[in-house]
Amino acid sequence: MAIEVRIPTILRPYTDGAKIVEGEGATLAALIDDLDARHAGLRDRLVEDGALRRFINVYLNDEDVRFLGGIDTPLGDGDSVTILPAVAGG
Amino acid sequence: MLRIPADLLDAVIAHARADHPDEACGVIAGPEGADTPTRFIPMVNAARSPTFYEFDSRDLLALYRDMDDRGEEPVVIYHSHTATEAYPSRTDIAYASEPHAHYLLVSTRECGSGDGPVEVRSFRIVDGEVSEEPVEVTSADAPSPDAP
Repeated sequence: MAIEVRIPTILRPYTDGAKIVEGEGATLAALIDDLDARHAGLRDRLVEDGALRRFINVYLNDEDVRFLGGIDTPLGDGDSVTILPAVAGG
Repeated sequence: MLRIPADLLDAVIAHARADHPDEACGVIAGPEGADTPTRFIPMVNAARSPTFYEFDSRDLLALYRDMDDRGEEPVVIYHSHTATEAYPSRTDIAYASEPHAHYLLVSTRECGSGDGPVEVRSFRIVDGEVSEEPVEVTSADAPSPDAP
């Protein structure tokens, strides 16, 4: 079950510079585990205490997963996941 | 150093004045790798706050898709401070996530929404380290020649 994952610039050091990687998983949490197995360290940049970090946005196709099931959002073959850090500050 | 055409800098300042006392924010995109800001993209501050800014999550996805399609990157990420100096706050530093971008800050604390003086400064923010850089305003009509 291949899922295409778009990686933002700041996380590309974990993917040898790759902009798009592939992963597998029936949920976003499982996909992140799979990505971390292939690109060690990625999970910590995305997840804190079992939930997505507040200033990391993850989209399933066109939708922010916060409006779906968060880290438990189910994924299917051919889905596309985009990771984007929030642009925010004070 | 940030080289920025005068009309783009004026657009950033006008946005900051217009949104005062809330923080204004946006991007100036440019061709990937060229370090040249060319396309002004004001963004909505989803936080609508005088002390915080955040791009709306849907707008953020649309922005990055659009830049991707055009072969662009965020050359400048700008926002305003409306009661403090134009220097990155602790949260600015904590959430800065574009190591190649120029973080442009505009302070409207003196001018508010009026015509008074604004403070404009530019920074790189990489791995929590802030370094200020000079801002060179170039003619709006022609790209800047290489510095002699």
